[in-house]
Amino acid sequence: MDAAALGEWSRFVVAGAIAAYIVAWLAFCAETAYRLRDRRVAAASTASAVAGAPTAPRLARVGGTAADGDNGDDPVPPHAEPVVADDQAERMAGIGYSVTVLATLLLGAGVVLRALSVSRPPWGNMYEFSITAALVASIAFLALARTKAGRAAAVWVVLIVFVTLSLAVTVLYLPPGPLVPALRSYWLVVHVGAAVLAFGLFTVAAVVSALQIVAERAEGKGATSGFATSLPASSTLDRLAYRLIAIAFPVWTVGPLILGAIWAEASWGRYWGWDPKEVWALITWLAYAAFLHARATAGWKGSKASVVSLIAYGTVLFSYFGVNIVFNGLHSYGGL
Amino acid sequence: MTTRDVEAAARTPEPDRPPALSARETAAWVWRQLTSMRVALILLFMLAVAAIPGSVVPQNDINPLAVGDFRVRNPALSEWYDRLGLFDVYSAPWFAAIYIALLVSLVGCILPRSIQHWRAMRAAPPPAPRRLSRMPVYRRFEVTAGPDDVLDAARAELRSRRYRLDRVGSVEQIPAHPPGGSVAGEAGQLRETGNLVFHLAVVVVLVAVAVGSLFGYRATVLVPEGSGFANSVIQYDGLSSGALFDARDLPPFSLELDEFEMQFVESGPQLGTPDRFEATVRFTAEPGAPEQTRTIRVNEPLEVDGTLVHILNPGYAPAITVRDADGTVLAEGPVPFLPQDNSFTSTGVRKVPVGPEAGMGEDIGIQGLFLPTAVVDDRGPRSIFPEPRNPALFITAFHGDLGLDDGQPQSVYRLDTSGMEQFRTDDGEAFRAALAVGETVQLPEGFGSVRFDGYVTWVNLQIGRNAGKEFVLGGALMALAGLLASLYVRRRRAWVRVAANVGTATVVEVAGLQRSEGGDLEAEVDAITAGFLSRLPADTGRVVRHGPPRPGPRDGTADRVGDMDGRRSAR
Ligand code: HEM
Repeated sequence: MDAAALGEWSRFVVAGAIAAYIVAWLAFCAETAYRLRDRRVAAASTASAVAGAPTAPRLARVGGTAADGDNGDDPVPPHAEPVVADDQAERMAGIGYSVTVLATLLLGAGVVLRALSVSRPPWGNMYEFSITAALVASIAFLALARTKAGRAAAVWVVLIVFVTLSLAVTVLYLPPGPLVPALRSYWLVVHVGAAVLAFGLFTVAAVVSALQIVAERAEGKGATSGFATSLPASSTLDRLAYRLIAIAFPVWTVGPLILGAIWAEASWGRYWGWDPKEVWALITWLAYAAFLHARATAGWKGSKASVVSLIAYGTVLFSYFGVNIVFNGLHSYGGL
Repeated sequence: MTTRDVEAAARTPEPDRPPALSARETAAWVWRQLTSMRVALILLFMLAVAAIPGSVVPQNDINPLAVGDFRVRNPALSEWYDRLGLFDVYSAPWFAAIYIALLVSLVGCILPRSIQHWRAMRAAPPPAPRRLSRMPVYRRFEVTAGPDDVLDAARAELRSRRYRLDRVGSVEQIPAHPPGGSVAGEAGQLRETGNLVFHLAVVVVLVAVAVGSLFGYRATVLVPEGSGFANSVIQYDGLSSGALFDARDLPPFSLELDEFEMQFVESGPQLGTPDRFEATVRFTAEPGAPEQTRTIRVNEPLEVDGTLVHILNPGYAPAITVRDADGTVLAEGPVPFLPQDNSFTSTGVRKVPVGPEAGMGEDIGIQGLFLPTAVVDDRGPRSIFPEPRNPALFITAFHGDLGLDDGQPQSVYRLDTSGMEQFRTDDGEAFRAALAVGETVQLPEGFGSVRFDGYVTWVNLQIGRNAGKEFVLGGALMALAGLLASLYVRRRRAWVRVAANVGTATVVEVAGLQRSEGGDLEAEVDAITAGFLSRLPADTGRVVRHGPPRPGPRDGTADRVGDMDGRRSAR
């Protein structure tokens, strides 16, 4: 099969993955909806059962005492299971998870086919970068989905993945082709590869941070209904986001910054030249350093740090989409 | 002291009271503010935000052409930008102010922390707290081994796990209690070490970049195929260098460009994009040294003694011979033309200074358009592919005074026609000609002839040295190592306490505490326990009784002590 045909196949398979992600997303939405319904019912019945008791409004969350401890390794956050059995929710979660596995496998196949069609790692332009980053995010999510905190991110991670993929196969699509000489280097493999990896992880972390903010606000208000009550404790989400960023941050340090500088010297003769892409990679790095500091600074823990994490993710998005589209620097290989 | 303690110590008192009046106190207050964690956070953010305009507004030292363009289009705005240094963000005073503040804050933060950390490393780990059962991980059981044997085994086990131990012999002897003792261990101080190394390394990188840029230089020189250059300042077309750059440090090499090959994608959606650039050069390391043949490719510069020679951008240099009416050659050889688009539609000029005595007594200037793959359609003559498939040269010509003698520097790519007049044909039309390789055209009015001999390629080479890059890289790797330690090493403490119980059994308590996130402290404490029990002689390490069904001898209060197997303690 020739390159063009392989490329077409890859696109088909990715399109199939998109369809699967949509199904998974609907399943996760249904899961959330069932959980909320069950919780409402549970809250209503317990509230009437222990009417007048001061603890009644918090009943949906009893058992949550150990969650704020120091070693948050507990994969199952301490929600009381609602009184009403949430079989349907569990079934939907199961379907969502299985379909996500299927979608991830399809996407993986699409990425591999793409790599075969171009005979190089599949991150030479924005289309390839997008599908590979989506794959990383999807795998990271599947790894996390074993914990309840990870599962809480399901609806959103899957949503982001399929929006990214849809954009990729429509707006960003480029048929397979060779790279400009400047990109033909093993540095591309490690430099951009690390960027893709970090990008995928930052994406999942951003989702978790956003949920952390929602959960913390709901806890502050003592909410008993609404979307937030289906979330794990905010401190669990906080730790999860931190861990993802603690993995992605060194990857970002190595890939975009250190290896990027080494490659820039080999390619352009200077290791740092304030090219827009370089500037934005640095801005992202500073923003995540700020996040790590925020988490260690009294008064900044919790949702304030999560806000920093979201801002930092904004800079990731910009260094990826913004810089490729808006600026015309040395890094304009995006292929748009 | 843990990082959190340090942080707490470094934190400033709430700034609700005004700073004290005396100069010394004010200075101390400013220093405390500057080295506080909160200010470090704000400075990190400020630096990130301050870097943004430099990516949006064109920058003088990155893309001067774009700056010029911008000035023409927005003259009023440019004035403001100049005032704010927005065309030179990364050397603007306000940008420098932020990063210097960050640097000072960084140093002011690292130094005291390093001293504290040094002391903490040498001090004994804190002894076992009175109530171990309050620690997040707690085990309690009984074995038949004697208390001293258990303690020795625990010491050996903790040491083999690279825990630092408190001094041997700190056996507690509490009167009126059966003999016993405890050992305290601490591991993971590498975390704080790593953190300090990381921050120190950031300083190293920043200083190395700044100092290196003082000594570095970057120059460009355009070399057509078949010619060369010797590495010296006068041969450069452009040079930017640091304040302490010394031209005598330039390596004295010379290059002859034998061939510069360029290939482009010939089909498919990326038609016409560069595929391969390769320069073959004859290289002489210093005058008198043997000549070597080398190739330079994109991503594969030629390295000479720390100086790198890179391919920047290529183009074509059509060779034009201009003769006077008698056939005397007035000018010949290739002249570099500048590509105007991705298909290398290139423009350039051939200036022929003639002087009053020779020829017709007037200079000749030729303006040309070189098209590697020429087509002429309703959009005029242009090239449709960057490789020479149908090379053609379109010219027009001027006569008069080129203005080369008036001392003003001139662009070699543009003709100053203010003192010149365009040639006209007999019917009054402006003179134009389209030449294929080898064709000749006569200039009007008996001025002579122009022949298009052929073309060669040229390449713009960049010659530069990034002084201090070894230090920058070393600093960056050090930062990375420090960062990994700082993020992944877990700082934890473990205690083992033994007390002889009534009868033959020894009550053993094991507890763990962790100050940083991640890891599985429960598993670690279990492993430590299993480890030292297996070090006990023969059968004595067998657990004869599990869990804390009742408080230990020292736990006077009836603590709630978790589940039956002691997996979870109350807090
Ligand atoms: C260029 C400036 C700086 C950068 C890039 C930077 C970066 C970082 C990074 C990436 C971490 C995460 C490592 C970890 O979590 O253990 C960190 C931690 C830390 N930084 Fe900085 N930092 C900078 C300046 C400062 C300054 C000025 C201070 C002093 C106030 C400081 C104090 C700390 C402390 C105490 C930690 C440990 C936090 C913890 O306990 O987790 N940093 N820094």
